[in-house]
Amino acid sequence: MNSSLSPCKAVLQGGLSPAALGELMPMFLWLDRHGVICAAGPTLMKILGPGPVVGTAFETHFHLRRARARRHEQDEAHPGGRKLILMLLSHPEIGLRGTAVEVGPEGAEGMLLNLTFGIHLADAVREFGLTEGDFATSDLAIELLYLREAKAAVMDELRALNGRLEEARRAAERQALTDPLTGLANRRAFDAALQKAVRAQAHGGAPFALVLVDLDHFKQVNDHMGHAAGDQVLNWASAILAQEVRRGDVVARAGGDEFVLLLRGAIDRAALQTLGRRMIARLEEPCVVDGTPCRISASIGIAFSRDYPEPEVDRMLADADAALYEAKRSGRGRCSIHAAGAVA
Amino acid sequence: MYGLINKALQAFLVENYGPALWSRVAHALGVGPEGFEAMLRYEDRLTEELIDIAARTLDKPRAALLEDVGAFLTTIEPLRRLLRFGGSDYWEFLFSLDELQGRGLMTLPDLELPELSLRSESGGRFVIEVRGPIAGWGAVMAGLLRAMADDYGALVLIEAVPPCGRLERVQVMLLEAAYASGRRFDLALPSAEAVA
Repeated sequence: MNSSLSPCKAVLQGGLSPAALGELMPMFLWLDRHGVICAAGPTLMKILGPGPVVGTAFETHFHLRRARARRHEQDEAHPGGRKLILMLLSHPEIGLRGTAVEVGPEGAEGMLLNLTFGIHLADAVREFGLTEGDFATSDLAIELLYLREAKAAVMDELRALNGRLEEARRAAERQALTDPLTGLANRRAFDAALQKAVRAQAHGGAPFALVLVDLDHFKQVNDHMGHAAGDQVLNWASAILAQEVRRGDVVARAGGDEFVLLLRGAIDRAALQTLGRRMIARLEEPCVVDGTPCRISASIGIAFSRDYPEPEVDRMLADADAALYEAKRSGRGRCSIHAAGAVA
Repeated sequence: MYGLINKALQAFLVENYGPALWSRVAHALGVGPEGFEAMLRYEDRLTEELIDIAARTLDKPRAALLEDVGAFLTTIEPLRRLLRFGGSDYWEFLFSLDELQGRGLMTLPDLELPELSLRSESGGRFVIEVRGPIAGWGAVMAGLLRAMADDYGALVLIEAVPPCGRLERVQVMLLEAAYASGRRFDLALPSAEAVA
C-alpha cells in the first residue's frame, strides 16, 4: 500500500492502521475521492489479485449494480451509509454486497467499503480457495457453510428415506391388490376397477362386460389329487383367462375356483358369447399335473353394461350371478349372458 | 431418539465386522436385517440394547466398542467435514466442542447429542466433560477426538476417565497441534460434489 497514502494517514491518526482494519474487516476497501483504491483488506486483496490492486481504479475490478442510501441514514445530519450491490468483473457470477461510508468531512478522505459475498459465499470460497482465516471471527460465513452441508446431508437422507418408503408403499399396495396364489388381481382390486367402470359409464365412458367364471369339477381335482395339484390347476386356468382378454381388461380371482373378469372396449353380445365359449373350450382341454391329466370345465355368467340405462355394481353382479346360475343349471360348461331387461 | 445414532452403530458393525455379524445383532435386537432409518425416531432403549448386544456378540467391553465407534464416525466423509468446520487446527477444534451440541441442534432441532464442556488446564491439558442421554458418549468422544487428531495432524494423548455417575470425562493432552500435515479440508466442496 504505497500509493495515495493520505487517507491511510488519516486513519493512522485515529489509531487504526489498515492492517488492524483488515483484521476486523478482511473485505474492506478504501477508495480515495477519485475512486482509486488506496487500501484493501487481505481477503479482498486475494480476490482482486494477483495483479496490482492498490492504485487501480474501482471500476477496473467492480461493476456497481445498485447503490441505495440506507433509510435511517437519509437524515442530512448523518451523511454516509450506502448499501451497495457489486459484481466482480473477473467473475461475473459472484455478487458482492456491502456498505459504504464517507471518510473525513464531506468525504474528503474518500470512502470506506465493507463487503461480503452473501449467498454467493460457497462459490467464492471454492473459486478463490478461501479458508477460515479469510473471514473475520465475527463473520457467520463458516456457520453458513457448515449449515449448507449439514442441510444437504439431512436432505439426502430424507430423499433416500422417502424413496424407500414410497417403494414399500407400492409393494404393500401391490400385495393388497394381488391374489397371492395366481398373481391375478384380487377381489378388492376387482371391486375398485368395477366401481370405476360403472362411474365412467355414467359419464359416457366405454361399455363393459362383467364376466363371472366358475370352474366346474375343480373340487374333484382337489379331493383326489390334493391341494398342491389343485393350486397348479388354478394357476393353469388363470393363465388361460389372462391370455383370452385384452390389455386394459381385468382378470381377478374372487376366491376358491371363482374368477371375475371386467372386459372393456368395443364388445357386443355375439363377441362375448364367442369369447365365453372359447374360454370354456380351452379350460376343458386336459391339464397335466405331475404326469396325470386333469379335466375340468367352466360355467360363465355375463352382465353387459349396455343393457342398463344406468349400470349399478350390485345390480350387475346379481345379474351376472343369475346368468352363471343359469349356465350351471343348464348343464355346466356353458356361457350365459343376462338378458336385457330381465329381472335377476 | 433419531435413528441416526443406531444407524451409525449399524454401519460400524457392517463395515468392520461384516453383514453376517450385523444380521445376528439385528436378530437378537428384534429388528430386521435392513436395520435403522437415520431420519426416523426409535425408542431410546433400542440404542442401549443395541450397544449391549453388539458388545456381547463381539466379546468386547462396552467402552472399547464405543471408542471404536467414535473413531469410525470420522471415516464418514460428510460427518468428518462437519466436524472440521469446528476450526482450522486441532486447538480451535477442541474449543469448538462446547458448541458441538448447538451445531447439532442447528442441523436437526431435536438431535440428542451430548453436552460437552471443555476445560483448559495447564501444559496443554484439556478435560472434556460429557453429559449425554446415553451412558458411553464419553468413550465415543475419546475415539472421535483421537481420530480427529489424526485428521488434523495433531499429536495428542487421549484418555477416557472412568465415569462418575452421568458425568463422563475425556482427558486430552495436546502435545503438538501441527505435528503432521493432516488430511485436506476445503471449506467448500468442488462443484461436482457440491450440494445438488
